[in-house]
Amino acid sequence: MKNKSIATLTIVVLAALLLNYVAFFGINIGSFEYGGMFGNNGIKKGIDLAGGSVITFQAVEKDANGNKIGDIVPSNEDMTSLKGIFDLRMQAEGYTEARISSSDDGKITVEIPEMQDTDAAAELLGTTAKLTFNDADGNVILDAGTDLKSASYEFGATEQGTAATHHVKVEFNPDARQKFADATRAAAARVSEGKNYIAIVKDGEIVSQPSVSKEIDESSCVITGQFTADSARQLANQIQSGSLPVDLEIAGANKVGAELGPDALKNSIIAAAIGLLLIMIFMIVMYRLPGLIADISLLIYVGLMALIMGLFHFNLSLSGIAGIVLSIGMAVDADCIIFERVKEEMRLGKTIRASVMSGFDKAFSAIFDSNVTTIITCIVLILSKISTITGFAWTLGIGVILSMFTAIVITKFLMKQLLGIGIENRSLFCPAKAKKGGAEANV
Amino acid sequence: MFKNLTKNRWKFAIIPALIIVAGAIFGFIHQSNEGFFNFDVEFIGGTRMEIDLKQAFNNDEIAQLVQESTPENVNAVIQKGNTDTTVIIKVPSLGNTPVTAEAAPAEGTDAAAADTSSNANQIRTVDDEMRENIINALKDKYQITDDNIISVNSASASFGKEVQTKAILFTLIAIVCILIYIAIRFEWRSAVMAVIALAINVLIMASVYTITYIPLNTTFIAAMLTVIGYSINNTIVIFDRIRENMKLRKKNETISEMTDRSILETMGRTINSTITTLITIVLIYILGASTIKDFALPLIVGIIAGAYTSIFLASTFWAVWKESDIQAKALAAQDRKNARKKK
Repeated sequence: MKNKSIATLTIVVLAALLLNYVAFFGINIGSFEYGGMFGNNGIKKGIDLAGGSVITFQAVEKDANGNKIGDIVPSNEDMTSLKGIFDLRMQAEGYTEARISSSDDGKITVEIPEMQDTDAAAELLGTTAKLTFNDADGNVILDAGTDLKSASYEFGATEQGTAATHHVKVEFNPDARQKFADATRAAAARVSEGKNYIAIVKDGEIVSQPSVSKEIDESSCVITGQFTADSARQLANQIQSGSLPVDLEIAGANKVGAELGPDALKNSIIAAAIGLLLIMIFMIVMYRLPGLIADISLLIYVGLMALIMGLFHFNLSLSGIAGIVLSIGMAVDADCIIFERVKEEMRLGKTIRASVMSGFDKAFSAIFDSNVTTIITCIVLILSKISTITGFAWTLGIGVILSMFTAIVITKFLMKQLLGIGIENRSLFCPAKAKKGGAEANV
Repeated sequence: MFKNLTKNRWKFAIIPALIIVAGAIFGFIHQSNEGFFNFDVEFIGGTRMEIDLKQAFNNDEIAQLVQESTPENVNAVIQKGNTDTTVIIKVPSLGNTPVTAEAAPAEGTDAAAADTSSNANQIRTVDDEMRENIINALKDKYQITDDNIISVNSASASFGKEVQTKAILFTLIAIVCILIYIAIRFEWRSAVMAVIALAINVLIMASVYTITYIPLNTTFIAAMLTVIGYSINNTIVIFDRIRENMKLRKKNETISEMTDRSILETMGRTINSTITTLITIVLIYILGASTIKDFALPLIVGIIAGAYTSIFLASTFWAVWKESDIQAKALAAQDRKNARKKK
């Protein structure tokens, strides 16, 4: 019994250390590769750690001249396609970490870590990008939303002997090719009226207006205009992702400095590490051997927390870090409740084993009720969808649930092993002088 | 005094009351010039700029510069940032109406501004223009570039108001949920006392915001909800002990005595877990960046207040309430008995 308990305790301690190593530094076994919490496929750095832009759009209704009539709430379908388009546009620009969220009143918020140019981001996302090919009378021949297969940015000479330009190449759908051929033939015939051109119009503005001299029957064409490399790439991206189903107006645009980033994360990790160490020392001083057991549980708690956050790619922001650090402090609360109870039972003259067992039993209702209220708070916070605080709520909520698990299951299991060793020295469980334990008041 | 907690309950109420009164006084002092709370722009709408000027500056100097580059009735707030050379400028929103080409003020249109306004795809508002004017004026005067702009946040007033209403709404929802839970698991008097205690904690935290004049933004809500959760946590552990002791109460022990005993029995746990929680949050305060400091300080105060109110106020006032209810019932029973006798 004694040897078995010592062996079990040793295995648990080693497992706890291994868990922490994997959680923070990663693992590489065969096909399974994990870079650790701060590795490439671990947590995502939130916008306040990496810096970037936060842009909020409001869906609005506009009249024919582009003046705002009022705010509108787009249908769920429109909102979903809006998010999809935003996602495509961000991906195409290489901002894979962007977070897009919408609210019930027609607002859509995009958080783009590492994006510094708020205006460019707002323009990239907020432009409707409704592109049409019109004839000289303004009749729509082709609509980019339905008639184009793809659009891409190119740089080079469009015709032999001309200077290289930035332009956008578009591919037609099969029937669009026919429509375009018909339209160009018709346009070419109107040379005498001076209307032998096709206008390429984006959001009501003419991008370019090439003149047509003969029927063009090809599967693709190029759009030239006063493009820079960036504006041509952006147009291609916007055509490719599709035009927005509703008009948008900027409701808020934030640029968050990156300077705070690396230091804030580093300092918070240092704070957490020192805090952890101090708490561990504190627990041993206050509770002796049970305190040591609580420290092992705390280690397991930290490892599990880091592993969950890394594996589920938590978006870690400053308030999220605060939530974690706070939950570390609160994690030992359940242990405090239990061990104070054990002390009291021992002072009543019970054996060590009986005291530990009844300590766990009697502490349960307090642990349960007090943590449930914190979980209720966290759920309400998550439901609020206020972007800056949901991260905090998630980390605190998961932290509280995990700490209940480690206190009630793991600490109890380890305490049983400790009892199995058969230590008789009562002072290792209950310091003789308890300055702060108030139990002497009633004994 | 620390043995007869229930008897001395009003004395314990003095400290929180003083803090709240001090907070209110500071608030009213601030109100006369800048506002009761230092609302961040995400709450009231407007623009907050943090710019490294690379040299020492005078607040009045910047205020004048801002005044010159904005319409006359703008009430801008100028503050020093983390270092002596960083300035924080907060300008309330003037509205989100688009700027038309002819409405743009003639003196403000330099080459850069004209360039962007000709871009018809971009939605330019009065606020955008004001922001650009201020930044351009600073750039000219202090010879700085875009790299010195640490952050620029802007939010429309309506958006800010929404965040504010939403925040208050969800706080109230959370409190009601907690109230219902305690009423089910304990009794309704406990729920009322727990909520009064947390209301005191929230007021103490709000006092921290008025006294120190830390910007009040959405992290306040996170801090407040943590403290609500934490103080309820403490209160419940004590109520749990009261619930247990109540069942085993001897006939000659009064409710007050039993409550005092319960508080003292749980005191070790209350103090220890408050210490462990404070260890980490104090370290965050010492090592953290300024934004996280602004979050940690109210949290530290709130956690201490949470422990204090749970120990000294929530259950002591509950005990007196419960006792007087029991007495009232006993009296009523006595009356009924007497009435029956008379018949």
